[in-house]
Amino acid sequence: MSVLLAATAAGLFAVGTYLVLQRKLSRIIIGLGLLGHGANVLMVGAGRAGRAAIVDGGGEGALADPLPQALALTAIVISFGTTALLLALAYRSWLLTDDDEVQDDVEDELVARRGLPDEDLRGGPDPSDPDDDPDDDTGDDTGRGSHRATDAGGTAGEGR
Amino acid sequence: MSVLVVLPVVLPIVGAALSILLGGSRPAQRAVVLTVLGADVVMAAALLVEVDRHGPVAVQAGGWPAPVGVTFVADRFSAMMALVAAVMLLAVLVYAIGQPGAERNHVGFQSVYLVMAAGVSAAFLTGDLFNLFVSIEMMLTASYVLITLGGRLDQVRSGMTYVVVSLVASVLFVALLALVYASTGTVNMADLAGRIAELPDGLRSALAVLMLVVFGIKAAIFPLYFWLPDSYPTAPSPVTAILAGLLTKVGVYAIIRTQTLLFPAETRPATLLLVLAAATMLVGVLGAIAQGDVKRILSFQIVSHIGYMVMGLGLFTVSGLAAAVLYTVHHIVAKTGLFLTGGLIEHAGGSSRLTRLGGMVRSAPVLAVLFLVPALSLVGIPPLSGFIAKLALVDAAAASSSYAVMAVSLVVSLLTLYSLMKIWISVFWSPATEPLASPPDRAHGEHLGGPLLMVVPTAVLAGLTVAMGLAAGPLYDLSMRAAQDLLDPSAYLTAVAP
Repeated sequence: MSVLLAATAAGLFAVGTYLVLQRKLSRIIIGLGLLGHGANVLMVGAGRAGRAAIVDGGGEGALADPLPQALALTAIVISFGTTALLLALAYRSWLLTDDDEVQDDVEDELVARRGLPDEDLRGGPDPSDPDDDPDDDTGDDTGRGSHRATDAGGTAGEGR
Repeated sequence: MSVLVVLPVVLPIVGAALSILLGGSRPAQRAVVLTVLGADVVMAAALLVEVDRHGPVAVQAGGWPAPVGVTFVADRFSAMMALVAAVMLLAVLVYAIGQPGAERNHVGFQSVYLVMAAGVSAAFLTGDLFNLFVSIEMMLTASYVLITLGGRLDQVRSGMTYVVVSLVASVLFVALLALVYASTGTVNMADLAGRIAELPDGLRSALAVLMLVVFGIKAAIFPLYFWLPDSYPTAPSPVTAILAGLLTKVGVYAIIRTQTLLFPAETRPATLLLVLAAATMLVGVLGAIAQGDVKRILSFQIVSHIGYMVMGLGLFTVSGLAAAVLYTVHHIVAKTGLFLTGGLIEHAGGSSRLTRLGGMVRSAPVLAVLFLVPALSLVGIPPLSGFIAKLALVDAAAASSSYAVMAVSLVVSLLTLYSLMKIWISVFWSPATEPLASPPDRAHGEHLGGPLLMVVPTAVLAGLTVAMGLAAGPLYDLSMRAAQDLLDPSAYLTAVAP
């Protein structure tokens, strides 16, 4: 594999990994796309240059190994489909929350709150057993509250 | 007979296309899907009988010989998995038809479901590493749609986690395929078996670990399990049941297949697998104990029980692998049954939170039985399938003197009992604290605890776990033969490339 291809794959993986670790869905989706490209470049680079295709015949040396290219094409088609689905999901998430941020897991918070020492709970607004909260109440309370606090009047509002 | 190997893949795809064309008529769609899945069960059973009698069968797609073309292979292990998967797919579809919600409100449900069925069968029957990637993608993409079918906020949130984690695993899979091809020049599994043995040690271990990571994410083993308990519970209950029953097992199947077939005996990461198995069992069951929601408790238990299957593999003996095969089959049946009952509990009680349910042993005694049978089977109480699977596993661990992991598995069984009894006590035994949040419509005689079409498949699965316990002898013998095939793949190799 040529150094150039290897370096390209490495660069794509690095940028993709950075973006996937962000909190915004749009960045995560772009990051996943870049990671996929990195893997595909790696795949194309995996072939041995100068090896003829399956059919017998001359021209060895002027050919590229076709198999990894076929595999990469398949992988590209699959990632095209899943990226479209992800974008639809992210759009639905934005419609429902007015926000592009990954939401927290509500159940994890319930379990975490149960583990707090009693004195922490006593001063809080809702000292009763967290399980008594209606499901829908906790559902969007946490995500939205934190968004408003951290990102006051951010881009999501202007976008509308 | 070789056509039986590809039909379980081709037929559901044709059925999916047909059911899109019949989108205007729900009864016609149902007829197509039930016919296809019923035929799937029959074909998988015939395939298992054939393979058990005459050894592995291979089909070269398009007539290209083995290392070049795409190969489909069925040996005893893959035929067993294909049969159990077909039975589960049929049972859960009947349940979905009976449930108000998921299946009735979406024109595309049947076609997506069939695509997933095709993906699962293809993953079990393929003999090509790249084709395994395509099958897993097929199955996962269908599951992305099914898991977010309702489009509710919680479904979108947890579905997003699920999709992103799965896609990262897919990217790693493509990278793995690139590295495998670059180092060996083939992606056919039978061909790889010989070529990987010739690689330098370091390269071979790197490939082995990367494979373990890729399939470990799909199978939810210890450090890579975190996505599962978050994403499964929010889907409609039949969808959760089928994902819980089958999708992680495809990961387990891929781990077992690649570790036994591709890598030479002396280089297998046995100790690593046993440590991971013990950690998976413990972390999963402790997570289950901490939760307060029926579906989430059950989801954490999936993680815990994946550990048992990996433990059987990690022993790398015939009896250990036989136990792993048996445990996988048992767990698919018992877990799908439990999730179906969980859906019925939610249907009858209006919630799946433990604090909001109670007194159902009086209001829905049938559900109590339907919960208790698979629950006790999962724990490993004697007449049920879980008992023979666990006995085989513990016996195999003792035979190879792996006492530490054996002790962990026994303790985890006890903790599993504790977490299931938590559900049992608060849902069934404790008095009903408040009137039900949304009283079920008793109009059409729901004395069974739910619609007939939902209760019957659940009862069939509960009956199946009893039957598997009673048929322990023949089933264990079959698993032993499957395990011998796995450890000595010469029949598999000659079937692919004679």
